[in-house]
Amino acid sequence: MTTGHESTSKDVVTDVQVRLGQLLSRGLAGDADAYQDFLWRLAGYLRGYMRRRIWDHPDDVEDLVQETLLAVHLQRHTYDPERPFGPWMHAIARYKMVDAWRSRETRAYEVDMPEDGEDLFATPDAEDSLARRDLMKLLARLPEGQRLPIQYTRLGGMTVAEAARVTGMSEAAVKVAVHRGLKALCTLARKVRYANL
Amino acid sequence: MRTSELIRILAADADPVVRSSPRGRLLRAATWGGVASLVLMVLTLKVRADVVQATLLAMFWGKLAFGLMLTAAALELVHRASIPGRTPGAMPVLLAVPPVAIWSVGILDLASAPADERVSLLLGQTWAVCPALITMLSVPFFLATIRAVRSQAPTRLRLAGAATGLFSGAAAAVVYALHCPEMAAPFIGTWYLLGIVTPAAIGWIAGPRLLRW
Repeated sequence: MTTGHESTSKDVVTDVQVRLGQLLSRGLAGDADAYQDFLWRLAGYLRGYMRRRIWDHPDDVEDLVQETLLAVHLQRHTYDPERPFGPWMHAIARYKMVDAWRSRETRAYEVDMPEDGEDLFATPDAEDSLARRDLMKLLARLPEGQRLPIQYTRLGGMTVAEAARVTGMSEAAVKVAVHRGLKALCTLARKVRYANL
Repeated sequence: MRTSELIRILAADADPVVRSSPRGRLLRAATWGGVASLVLMVLTLKVRADVVQATLLAMFWGKLAFGLMLTAAALELVHRASIPGRTPGAMPVLLAVPPVAIWSVGILDLASAPADERVSLLLGQTWAVCPALITMLSVPFFLATIRAVRSQAPTRLRLAGAATGLFSGAAAAVVYALHCPEMAAPFIGTWYLLGIVTPAAIGWIAGPRLLRW
């Protein structure tokens, strides 16, 4: 039997994990609204989690939140809806945090993170911030075939069909281009982080 | 860029994910690696000339069982090491079973053999090349499997690399058993095991370099 306060916060955390897992599962099945809701909520939790831990470079928090969202997006196919969402998400968040620290001067930094990652889903920070490093600038370094579909679907929120009409590509080709562009962006963001130190 | 803008871009890329199951992907990689490794073995080493007669010997099947059990357990370990949040579970324990089994037989063999035969039980005729040849045959498995692992977002890179190496070595040992003339349990337990552990060590060392995403 646990004290009232303890069991409440643990239940809340579990509920959050279950909720996010359900949203992601629906997103994987093609529910775009659920997926957007998932990403939005996850961003809040990641932001709170990382703000609590990256106390020496607070400017970097939003960059890492965005990079982690991008990573989750690119690897979402590895999430098994039958399994708990928490361990999957925490492993990815932890991996990105350790990678971020490794790219700093303090190479021997021992990351102090609780293994169970309960506090990833504790207190979200829903403030929509500007990242220091602008992913749009990195976007400019992509080849046109990958950059344009991303810019069109972003600028004025064009749908895939509209972007296909404007670029003259097929809808399928637009989707492939966006996906490839995002992968390239992810790699580029890592390289820039390592170069900036 | 505001995070809300990024989210909008990502949501536009959100097609229903066609789930080719992670295990299926690994099995496909293992199959392609197996074909390549078999071809490599046939071209460079040749299947043993007396293979048909050898199938009558218990130890022929013992070698295959040793390799296949390790292969299966290692492949499951690769799967778990490749997916964020999965734990190795009982796999490390399962991996210990074949070596323990072969050495149980091996110790009995050595104990019951005349003293002057013990060295030849252990060294056989091919001890100097066996681990290297198994490592060579593990390369096709390793290349195919590491590609599959990289597509899975592994978060423990050394474990994933070592598991991939272990699987590759074990599968290579199965292929090698079709060529190898040695039949003594002490030999298998030493030199086959060394040939299996070597790719695992290479995978441990190279894991971060190969798998970072």
